[in-house]
Amino acid sequence: MSTAAYLFFLFVQKQKFEKAGLYLLTAGFVIHTSTLVFGFISSGHMPVENLPETLSVAGWAVVCVFLLLHYKFNLKILGIYAAPLATLIMIVSYPLPKVALQNPEILKSLWLSFHIVFIFLGEAFFALACGIGILYLLQERAIKRKRPGFFFRRLPSLNLLDSIGYVCILGGFTLMTVGLITGFVYAKNVWGSFWSADPKEIWSIITWLLYAALIHGRLISGWRGRRSAVMAIIGFGVILFTFLGVNFLFEGHHEVFTRWRDS
Amino acid sequence: MLDIVLIGINHKSAPVEIRECLAFDEDDTLKALSFFKNSRVIKESILFSTCNRVEMLMTTPLVNEAIQDAKQYLSDYKQMVLKRFEGSLYIYQDIDAVRHIFRVASSLDSLVVGEPQILGQIKEAYRKALAQKTAGVILNRLLHKSFFVAKRVRHETGIGDHAVSISYAAIELAKKIFGSIENKKVLLIGAGEMAELAVEHLIRNRTGEILVANRTFDRAVKLARNFNGKAIRFEEIYSTLEFADIIISSTGAPGFVVFQEQVKKLLRKRKNKPLFFIDIAVPRDIDPEINRLNNAYVYDIDDLKGVIEENIEDRKREALKAERIIEEAVIGFKHWHKNLDVVPTIVGMRKKMENIVQKEIKKTSKSLQHLSEDDYQAIYRMTDAIINKILHDPTLFLKQNGYHGPSSAPIDFTRKLFRLDEE
Repeated sequence: MSTAAYLFFLFVQKQKFEKAGLYLLTAGFVIHTSTLVFGFISSGHMPVENLPETLSVAGWAVVCVFLLLHYKFNLKILGIYAAPLATLIMIVSYPLPKVALQNPEILKSLWLSFHIVFIFLGEAFFALACGIGILYLLQERAIKRKRPGFFFRRLPSLNLLDSIGYVCILGGFTLMTVGLITGFVYAKNVWGSFWSADPKEIWSIITWLLYAALIHGRLISGWRGRRSAVMAIIGFGVILFTFLGVNFLFEGHHEVFTRWRDS
Repeated sequence: MLDIVLIGINHKSAPVEIRECLAFDEDDTLKALSFFKNSRVIKESILFSTCNRVEMLMTTPLVNEAIQDAKQYLSDYKQMVLKRFEGSLYIYQDIDAVRHIFRVASSLDSLVVGEPQILGQIKEAYRKALAQKTAGVILNRLLHKSFFVAKRVRHETGIGDHAVSISYAAIELAKKIFGSIENKKVLLIGAGEMAELAVEHLIRNRTGEILVANRTFDRAVKLARNFNGKAIRFEEIYSTLEFADIIISSTGAPGFVVFQEQVKKLLRKRKNKPLFFIDIAVPRDIDPEINRLNNAYVYDIDDLKGVIEENIEDRKREALKAERIIEEAVIGFKHWHKNLDVVPTIVGMRKKMENIVQKEIKKTSKSLQHLSEDDYQAIYRMTDAIINKILHDPTLFLKQNGYHGPSSAPIDFTRKLFRLDEE
């Protein structure tokens, strides 16, 4: 519903649609949060037993970060990206079968809860950075082609998009770093070693390095604007691969959390 | 009943030579208003004068006399033979006058459709009329309605959204690149008139330091002084580009002044902070290839014109929507004005009372089953008599008031008191 309202907002530019979208999204967020908390209390661990539940947490994180950015920067138009993204995640997760985890005991760890929350919030930041990157490219194209059309009027300035995108990447990077560290600590507790060269771990490190390079590039040689936007989009592509692709293509211990069929 | 009359000239009906002769400054306006106030035939009046129009809005019981008086006053006061400007005047009555004032307030009648200043100018004129007590019930409502309509038009249509002048377009673009252009450094290359205009707009948007470069250093110094800026030598342009954000170029140079290779190197030094070139010179000063570089944007005069044309088209489309909003408001106003008379007001009061009586009798009759049809007839006769008696004095008052010379205030008050106009 919120998505529909934001779509209306994009085309009609009426404030009330934007307001409606925001309220609906906030309401959805509150309900979603309480569902997650309820799941946490009833099972004693984060509800990430299987792919649908994991996706649900991802959707929650996207909305959470969007609302955060919205109140901080008042970047209304981003809703046109965030709301459909969250909706899409939830729709995809819905028909997937809920497979129970064979050994839910390993989920009961404070470290794991931190790991999950930080990683997902971090990834949500990156997801929004990607969205902002797309908006940036659209707006840049409009300006460069000298035909201020549909998007030119509706999108904010390049500078604003660029700096919020950067904030997202910084936020995402920080959370991801913390998330990885807690993940390593958790791995040590459960599997006995910090590092087990599991494909997911390898790809996470690759992602982390990629974003580290992006931030470094910006600080040292001023990678901003177009290049930064493109990198944010590529980075999120890699994240998607790390999150989903690795689980399906490779075997590893993360696989248990995103299982969607009995093996 | 008072009729609404509007006499005026605008940029469409009269050339500037006539408009400037008829223009009213503040003193003139106050004098004119007090003249109209003492007039026998003109009951209410408002006068507004901008560089594109002079309009007199009046209410009068005697339309033709009022028009004559107003024309004569113009001719006498401005010492111009009536024949010289009579052909340029337009005269609107009643709903045509209402529509006209709504359109003017909504900036549909402006030279640049959608420009926002006109509403402020009308408000100012109205304030003067209020101070002189020349605006009465009708013009008060008419003006409030036009402010309301203008606001609606602005909110519900995109009529004022897009820049339609070169310098506005340039600033709009700059804002889309930099977000805020406050404190952005501006470099002016060459000292053309257009460039000066653009810089003035920029200053209004509180840009940062302004640097001026010109082939002849003297001219640069002079211009820089105008803007509180700093003059630099023409040879220093390249080194200055490292710190400037917005560059406006308007030299008479036959070839490019800034080349792609230079800017490419610069961007690295600037850590890719964006650069916006506005090239209003013909032939062009800025190498258009620069636009291909990341974080550098070049708009030449034709690009800006292209942006404006697109915006003008948009405004025309939006103007159609605005006309619809105005037509709605005109109908509403016409209804109110038509009823602002003794007879409709008395009829309205009577209707209201009859409705109340009907309802109450219906309610009570449920518990009075034993009454016959004849009894009811008697009751109705009684209620009719009551209504007549109640309305007798107000009717007399309103009518007598009318004989003293039509005054809308008591009628308006009565209508408000009984809530006869559904809002």
